[in-house]
Amino acid sequence: MLKINYKQAFLLGTLPVVLISAPFAISGYKVDLLTNLLINIILVTSFQLITTTGGWSLAHIPMMGCGAYGTALLSGGLGIPFWISLPLSALTAAAVGLVISYPLARTKGFAFFVASFAAGEAIRLCWTRFKIPFGGHKGLTVPAPVLVENVAWLDFEEAVPYYFLTLTITLFSLIIMYRLNSSRIGDSWRALASEEKLAKSIGINITKYKMLAFAGGSFFAGVAGVLLAHRLWAIEPRQFGFNATLYLLVWVVFGGSHTFAGPILGVVTLTFLGELLRPLVEWVPMIYGAIVILILIFLPDGLESLPNKLKSLR
Amino acid sequence: MEFIGQTILNGLMTSSFYALIAVGLSLVFGVMHIVNFAHGEFYMVGAYTVWVLFAKMHWPFFLAVAAAIVLVGLLGLISERLVFRQAKGNILSGFIMSVGLVFILQVAVVKIWGLGKMKPVPAAYPQILDFGGISTSWQRFIVIPATIILLVALWNFLERFKIGRALRAAAMEPEAAALQGVSVKKSAAVAMLLGSAMAGAAGALMAPIMSVHPYMGHSVVWTAFVVVIVGGAGNIKGTIWASLFFGFLTTIITSLFDSTIANLVNVLVMLILLAIRPQGMTGYAEN
Repeated sequence: MLKINYKQAFLLGTLPVVLISAPFAISGYKVDLLTNLLINIILVTSFQLITTTGGWSLAHIPMMGCGAYGTALLSGGLGIPFWISLPLSALTAAAVGLVISYPLARTKGFAFFVASFAAGEAIRLCWTRFKIPFGGHKGLTVPAPVLVENVAWLDFEEAVPYYFLTLTITLFSLIIMYRLNSSRIGDSWRALASEEKLAKSIGINITKYKMLAFAGGSFFAGVAGVLLAHRLWAIEPRQFGFNATLYLLVWVVFGGSHTFAGPILGVVTLTFLGELLRPLVEWVPMIYGAIVILILIFLPDGLESLPNKLKSLR
Repeated sequence: MEFIGQTILNGLMTSSFYALIAVGLSLVFGVMHIVNFAHGEFYMVGAYTVWVLFAKMHWPFFLAVAAAIVLVGLLGLISERLVFRQAKGNILSGFIMSVGLVFILQVAVVKIWGLGKMKPVPAAYPQILDFGGISTSWQRFIVIPATIILLVALWNFLERFKIGRALRAAAMEPEAAALQGVSVKKSAAVAMLLGSAMAGAAGALMAPIMSVHPYMGHSVVWTAFVVVIVGGAGNIKGTIWASLFFGFLTTIITSLFDSTIANLVNVLVMLILLAIRPQGMTGYAEN
């Protein structure tokens, strides 16, 4: 059971207030920044579903791209409304994830990193190479979602309504992923990450559970991709390149990957740090690269391990 | 007939290039258990060295290549000392550190030489080489003898010299090797020096053929990884065989369709192979 002390209760109480009032207190550009942060929170948490099985997939950003391209084709190309295209596109990402996870689940260590990287790049190459239907280098355009026409506060072309749409979907996604993570399935994932042979010997189907984690993670990465595409209104293959993968890795390494909150902590902290570093934007990849190396040397379990480390010092 | 001859020549040139870049990667993994993503950036630094020394300062081509080999080897040595040693054999940490290194090197190169225009490197040997209808330029042909010389040198080093044998021992049985007095740290450093130097050599030799820019290592490291996976990580003979296989596959598919399709087919072959034989073509299995 969850044990909540006063401090945590205070946090849980203020968080909704902050999340709801924030977009009214800041300017338009910063609302989009918050929306982006929420999308990235879905992304890192879905990545964590895969890392709990012990494999750090390098195809996760392309999986997000599958969701984005899915919705671009479904709602942009075929005119299917956002509400149907969202789950369909996420399922597309999950299906692609399921297919590539079959060979990937049979590898580990070196082969897993490299094979997932190659698979992700191959997907990206398809978007560039096949101009029909993916639009090549120029990519595709995506319309803003419409729920009811001509209602100002439901006009999702505006930043604030879109923020609340994203907030709602983010909360739902996080709840589902949290439940999944603390269910029996989540226990099995952790079991096969720490003691694969033991897990196998007590009857856990390793390949099946790894594929399930990969498909589940890809589903929510797809959700993040859909939300991103409908806010940017245009997508191109370059957005889902290796730079984005680096940021994902840095967020998760920085926050730590052993608790549910670790990756979220990482992405929130580094997003605010990134805002402070705006004047140095060209240097940011180098700074992130240095951060990730330093964290791995001096704080290998990430930010989430800091409280325990400080406690043991005392 | 001419088409077949031309394909064989092109295939040999592509295979040599793949072998040059993949063998270093395989060696580094075998000894240090580091999945080095920065290998492609080492290759890129090798190409930049030739651009600076040969194209701008007009050094003789082979002197510039030799300088690139030494320089990139040292860069690898420094990275091992400052970064990879701290991973302490943890594959995940080492791999993520190398990704960090990729971006540090890329930004460094952009900051020093700028992003803007391509860095044109003129061919040092633009003369056409003609084998009765089958033709290529000397500049492209050179990669074949250069690769053979470098691989034979590496092979002799690993077979004949005491430190080379120690390196292989450390790759096979680190604990037993340590008990026999082999310094695991020292062999890691030597492996990194040699592996990076090979990447530098590849970049240097390809600089007049490829376009030189800060992100050129990315697509190369991708192919190199496919080759290493299929050949067996840490297995140098297997890596050379896989280089030949993929070199010819890429050449044939490129001449039939285009190079993007060839890349896709390479990955597909790797994924299918992993699905059927997760231990790789040569039967190497990770513990």
